[in-house]
Amino acid sequence: MGLERPDDVPENAPEHCPGVESDQAGKAASCAGCPNQAICASSVPKGPDPDMNEVEARLAPIKHKILVLSGKGGVGKSTFTSQLAFTLAQDEATQVGVLDVDICGPSIPKVMGLEGEQVHQSGSGWSPVFVSDNVAVMSVGFLLGNPDEAVIWRGPKKNGLIKQFLRDVDWGDTEILVVDTPPGTSDEHLSLVQYLQANNITGAVLVTTPQDVALIDVRKEISFCRKVGVKILGVVENMAAFVCPNCKKESEIFPPTSGGAAALCAELTLPFLGRIPLDPRIARCCDEGKSFVEEHPESPAATAYKSVVEGIRKQLTSS
Amino acid sequence: MASAADPALLERFRIIKHVILVLSGKGGVGKSTVSTQIALGLARAGKKVGILDIDLCGPSIPKMFNLENREIHQCSDGWVPVFADESQTLKVMSIGFLLKSHDEAVVWRGPKKTAMIKQFLTDTFWGELDYLVIDTPPGTSDEHISVVENLRQVKPDGAVMVTTPQGVALADVRKELNFCKKARLPVLGVVENMSGYVCPHCEECSNIFSTGGGEAMAAEFGVPFLGRVPLDSTLTRALESGTPFVDAFPQSPTWKAFEKIIAPLLALPERT
Repeated sequence: MGLERPDDVPENAPEHCPGVESDQAGKAASCAGCPNQAICASSVPKGPDPDMNEVEARLAPIKHKILVLSGKGGVGKSTFTSQLAFTLAQDEATQVGVLDVDICGPSIPKVMGLEGEQVHQSGSGWSPVFVSDNVAVMSVGFLLGNPDEAVIWRGPKKNGLIKQFLRDVDWGDTEILVVDTPPGTSDEHLSLVQYLQANNITGAVLVTTPQDVALIDVRKEISFCRKVGVKILGVVENMAAFVCPNCKKESEIFPPTSGGAAALCAELTLPFLGRIPLDPRIARCCDEGKSFVEEHPESPAATAYKSVVEGIRKQLTSS
Repeated sequence: MASAADPALLERFRIIKHVILVLSGKGGVGKSTVSTQIALGLARAGKKVGILDIDLCGPSIPKMFNLENREIHQCSDGWVPVFADESQTLKVMSIGFLLKSHDEAVVWRGPKKTAMIKQFLTDTFWGELDYLVIDTPPGTSDEHISVVENLRQVKPDGAVMVTTPQGVALADVRKELNFCKKARLPVLGVVENMSGYVCPHCEECSNIFSTGGGEAMAAEFGVPFLGRVPLDSTLTRALESGTPFVDAFPQSPTWKAFEKIIAPLLALPERT
């Protein structure tokens, strides 16, 4: 199957639109009857999207841009994003930004304890919401009047908002920007890569759970990264073994039937960043918007988080 | 969100008695697991069942029925779905059957996804079915708008909403409930998945993702609560190997929970 539809297809274009930037624009068989045909056929050379330069100028001061990705939903992307931000920010000299581009299901406001917060407009753009002195957050969740409101948007509208987030948010002197994404390999992911440009992205951290059903989706995400040229910083295995609080014995709720993320990394020669155990206190901290690594610093899960973050930090300093 | 009546689609759905969507705002709460178990339960009750997977970027259904590497064939009546069992009571359609390799990513923007879903709905040759279960990706975007718009003319029975008990999942499912309201899609009920985990060593039950949240939300929105499914590693294992869980553990509390969820679906009134 020919899978990619060009990125530059208007919403009202026919199914086989060659894309408005194509040589065939306005001339292909499928262009007949398209409301945009005349514009495309006039073949005025189109300059680059002027917003691209603004996005680049806005984000150039940010040293590291990290994407948190996963093919599968509910594996812990937002949880990991928040803990990564909190852990990086334990060094008070590091300014950390978190951008949540999950438009239909933004979890970051809740897991970082910012529900009900609003974004303010200032002369220099949208001001993010601060969790602490050195952690700034932006999410569509801050733009909704009612948290139950559904954002029923098709792709182009989501892309518009993502561009606005990238172009208009005043990140101040943020040094590391962590971008939390929705599951899949669709509009949000393509737009991020398009606007940030693959070479300006430090890299992606892939989050998965140990069972095959999650790993098959992560493989797709790896293919996506390789296709668009985003470096993979490594894979984190979340919800690994569960330790019973009563008998302290381990069991595997999501069994790594084919060896889990470690085996996948070995097969595809990717860095394996570590395994984070399933601890009911993590879910609780997320519901309460607290930093798990600060609330339970002695727990095995906090140690695991710290070691994963250390692995990522090492790659940042070496890059 | 209006679309003109499509005779091809109407003709396909004329011989499908019930259409059930499985939705959830949040990913990884068990939509595909619940879809799979509902389909198996209905098939076990002697019904002819089809399951349509419209998660285009992360299709899980082929794996859960052990149908990876199977292919779709084209016949004069359309795309022939894959049979999940020898008695041919359960038919499956997924984009997974159209991909060359497991690793292949479907990097599609909205309009292309919309076209694919339309094609699945109009071109799949299901034949006569008692139930069509539609598994969806997380969110309230292109896939959901498209499937609801296209199906409006055939009046689906409604949606089964899957959630896990913790607040962060419930927050997204509340959005999905509002989506159903806006789209005028009836909600058949809420399933609370991953509710409690029984330690295989000491039988202590831990509420890893809390408990009770789904039931409280169902009450708040005035929709039926269908039941609570525990976290069960034997279920995860069955799904990993693609073997029917019900065949191996028909007496387990987990399957009993699914039976309770399926019972009202078996009693659905005829679609008008």
